[in-house]
This record gives sequence, structure tokens and C-alpha cells, in this order.
Amino acid sequence: MAVNLADYKNIWVYAEQRGGKLQNVALELIGEGRRLSREINAEVWAVLIGNGIDDLATECFEYGADKVLLIQDEKLAKYTTDGYTKALCDAINEYKPEIVMYGATHIGRDLAPRCAARCNTGLTADCTHLDIDMDGYIAFTSENTTLDVSTVDKNDTKALGLKMTRPAFGGNLMATIIIPNHRPQMSTVRPGVMSKREREVGATGEIVKFNPVITDADIRVQVLEVVKSAKELVSLTDADIICSGGRGVGGPEGFQIIKDFAAKVGGVVGSSRACVDAGWIDHAHQVGQTGTTVKPKIYFACGISGAIQHLAGMQNSDIIVAINKDPDAPIFEVADYGIVGDLFKVIPEIMAAWDK
Amino acid sequence: MAFKILVCAKQVPDTNVIKINPVTGTLIRDGVPSILNPDDANALEEALKLKDKYDDVTVTVVTMGPPQADQMIFECIAMGADEGIILSDRAVGGSDTQATANALTAAIKKIGDFDMIFAGRQAIDGDTAQVGPQIAEKLGLPQVTYVEEFDINEDRTEVTVKRQLEDGYELIKVKTPCMLTCIKELNQPRYMHVAGIFAPNKDIKIWSAADVEVDLETVGLKASPTNVYKSFTPRPKGKGVMLTGETEKDLAADLIARFKAKHII
Repeated sequence: MAVNLADYKNIWVYAEQRGGKLQNVALELIGEGRRLSREINAEVWAVLIGNGIDDLATECFEYGADKVLLIQDEKLAKYTTDGYTKALCDAINEYKPEIVMYGATHIGRDLAPRCAARCNTGLTADCTHLDIDMDGYIAFTSENTTLDVSTVDKNDTKALGLKMTRPAFGGNLMATIIIPNHRPQMSTVRPGVMSKREREVGATGEIVKFNPVITDADIRVQVLEVVKSAKELVSLTDADIICSGGRGVGGPEGFQIIKDFAAKVGGVVGSSRACVDAGWIDHAHQVGQTGTTVKPKIYFACGISGAIQHLAGMQNSDIIVAINKDPDAPIFEVADYGIVGDLFKVIPEIMAAWDK
Repeated sequence: MAFKILVCAKQVPDTNVIKINPVTGTLIRDGVPSILNPDDANALEEALKLKDKYDDVTVTVVTMGPPQADQMIFECIAMGADEGIILSDRAVGGSDTQATANALTAAIKKIGDFDMIFAGRQAIDGDTAQVGPQIAEKLGLPQVTYVEEFDINEDRTEVTVKRQLEDGYELIKVKTPCMLTCIKELNQPRYMHVAGIFAPNKDIKIWSAADVEVDLETVGLKASPTNVYKSFTPRPKGKGVMLTGETEKDLAADLIARFKAKHII
């Protein structure tokens, strides 16, 4: 069942909101969508779904949206797979966007596959890089990957659309995925990897209102409550400095020095997967392929050996400092500065020297 | 009144032990063990807990893969599953998540009536988390993903689950049949037991595409909306400077001096 590709136009961003608050990743995607839209002479639309959320449109415009598609209904007050899938898919059928992007959050990763199945199109999960322009793709891959760019055929008509690059096999491999014959091209994108635009206060645009017919029978789940956890909020994605502990800290009490270090340098505590799996620290702190992707200005890897799945989540940090007893630890392969030593002796000295 | 539970599972290479050939930049698969995908083990465990509780529960594991996936099915049966079905056919090879969901949906329809489907949230080889919701859509079932707590009412017509969010959870009620995708916080999967390992009467069926009467236009590489355009390995970041110094104090001072020289702090 081939679709007429020319019928589809513009880039949509699912502007995820929770409790009336836009998620950071929505703003990042509006920025990325804007960048891509200018390559193909199209518009970027922010799609807001909820109830009583009119005021969020301004924020979408100020971060770069050309238009806002506003879908409001009492039955959409809380996120449900059924309600939001119907709202979004009905809108897609009506307006036919060429690309739809979602944040790879627990909501985006619930909604996107359901929509892709209903729209009979392709979806690429957890993308970390997007290109449309072929020269841009070649520049990206030649700089950051081992791809032999002479194998990229600029005139390959199958690959003229969105090129979606993502890690696979726990970050061991990367793949670029294309959707040659189906529309819209859908992708979920990792929070924290795309850049927000500078906020342009006062920017405005057209609000398009769409009112799908949603009945009680459409929504088969009942959301009894939405609970915010009492656990401390860890905003690894926004942190300028991250102090991360690995197996080398020795146990849950070993994270005290990491916390002290973070407090001293104005950073946030991160962790490798091994420590989370061992129950030493909460999952919210986990950096890596199955945790959070980060790119702080400084990343201190303390007692972290550097498993590939961890590297996949932090290797784009501006500066990486590795402290490890083992001079052969793979973390030193990506570190800008390596210190072979006992973290319990080195960290206090860095803290002491920090203000000097 | 029988209560039939399906568990969608996948046999995957253990990505924790995969290494890259530094010269060719390709995966070294030799010696990499194939395992039951971790989230799928949680899905199976939750089904088995229901089987422990109610005498009339049966647990059927459904997978798509090569015939060697029977090793994984053996493991599931040794944990306590009643039977396993492997959809195995060249025609479904190269399927992306959408085409995989089409194939598995056909297999599930072939099985017939069921009361619940448990699946893992995602498989560690692809990390997509797409196939569960896509099957749910194709079967017209409600779904709850990222299930971290599960409870079922007395007459087993309704389940109440906690769905994990990054900053908390949602408490959701949904009627059976439904599709639930499970995460490791849900439970601790049991070990295989000896009686299960030697159970002679447990069933492993291998079905072809023809057996499940799937439309061949909807499965396999050609029917997949997504194509792999290129694959490669990330370029290792150039190795930086190893700091040297007599004491920890010297090392720290050197680091801070370099930060200041480059205006990092």
C-alpha cells in the first residue's frame, strides 16, 4: 500500500506536557525540528494535546515553532495511550505531516509505537542524531563514526528523507534508519541530545485548533492517580558538571564522597549501571545507554571502568576526567584527562584545590 | 474456567559481553551467549506467579526467531511455562518492529482465545520497546507499558498496575484481556527447576508463516517500513592526557591548573 509521498508536508513535534508543564525534550525537539524544517522549506509544528493548556502555545513559539496544533478535550486531561493515540492519529490523517518526532520518554515510547502501527508507518526508536540534507549527513558520519562515506550515494532516491541515527546492541553499534516508502516518518529522540533554541521572547505564530471526536468507549484504561515520586529529582540532562561513581566506590556508603564532591563543584551525582543494579544508588542517577544521556561541560568518572553501555551515554561530554586505580580501564580511552589513583585520595585533593 | 496467559519473549545475544573488532569495526558474535531477554524474564515471572496462585492458569510463550530459539523456550518451560511456540520462517526474516508485530499478531490469532498478554518492555539487542504496543494495536487491545507493580481482582476481569514514569508513576486500571509490558522492577524472575528441566511432556511447537496464515505482504524485509541505511561504530574519541605526579595533591593541582589554563573553570 504505497502512499503518495508528495501529499505529506511539514515537521511535527509531539510537545509532551505533564500536568500542564512542557517537558524539556519537547523544547529540544522544537529546536531540532526547526533546524531540519529549514533544510526542506517546511514548517515546524508543535502538537499540544491535553486540556486547559492554551498558555503553553506561547512557549512553543518562543522556542521556535512556526505553528501550534492545539488539541484539547476533557477526556485528554490526563495522558492515556488510547486517548492520545486517537487524537494524534486523527490529526495526522487530517494534516499529513512528513515527519513526526516524539521525546523518547516513558510517554513518548508508549504513544509513538501505537501511532506508528495505526498509521501503518515506520518508527525509529531512541535516535541520537537526525539529518535530511545529505551533505550534513556525510559531514556528521565522517567526523563522528567509522562509516566509509564513499559508500554514501547522494543521489539514492530512497535516502532523500529523514536519516535517523541511533545506537544499537547496547551502544556497540550505530545504525542509520530510513523510511523510504511510508509517511509520516516517525522517530523518538533521546532527551538531552538535541539543543533548544535561544528563547525568543514575544515570538508568536498561528494556532491551529483540532477537535477529534473522543468518546468514553475510546479510552479503555482508567488512570486512578498520577504520583510524583518523593525521591530527589536528579536533572542529569541539565547539569554543567556531573560527578559519577562506579563499582570502584565499593558500596552504597562510597557514594558519600561522590555526593560531597558534587556539592563542592556545583555538580550532580551520576552513576554507572553496575551500582544501580547492585542497589547502591537509585536508577534516577544512572548514566548510559539504558539510563540518561548526558553532555555536561565536565564529567568526572570516578571508579568507573567504562563499559560501552556507559560510554554511550556520556562520551559527548565537553571534558571527561577519569579517576581509576586500573591504568588499563577503558574509560581512559575516552578521557581528556586521566588520573590513575585511588578515588578516595584523589577526590579530596581536587576538592581542596578547586577554589584556589 | 481456564485462564490463558501469553508471554511474548525474544532470544537475544547478551549485549553485556559483546565486543567490537577494533580493526574491522564489526561485532564479534563468536562465543556470545544467547539468553532470554531480561525484561521478558520479568514478563514470564509475572505470568508464573498467577499460575502459582490459580490452578486453571496456563502460560504459553510465543517467540519469533530461528529454530535454535528452542533453547530459550526450554528455559521458559523449565521455569514453569506450559508450552512454547516459535514462529520460524525465512519469509519473516529481516522484519522491522512493524513487520515483526504483524507476524506475531498472526501467531497469536492462530493460538486463539487468551486472557492476558505479558511482554518485556524492550529487548536488549534493539532497545526499541515497540513490538509490544504494535501487537496491542493490531489486536485492538488496551496496553500498559513500563509495568512495575501488578494486581488482579478476584474474578480476574480487571488488573490494577503501576506504570513507571521518570519522575513517579501512574496507577492504572484496565480490563482483561490487555497487553502489559514489564520492567525489571516488577519482580525477581525465578530459577529453572529440576522438574521443569526434565519435563518430558511439555510442548514446543515450531510454526511456519503458512501455519499462522499470515499475509506474506505484511512480513519480512520488503514489508518493513524502516530500512537500515548504514551501520557503523562510533569513532572512539581521541585519547587525552594521562596526568602524572608524585602525590594525589600534585595530580589534583595539575588538573586544576589545566582547567584554569583552558578556562574550563
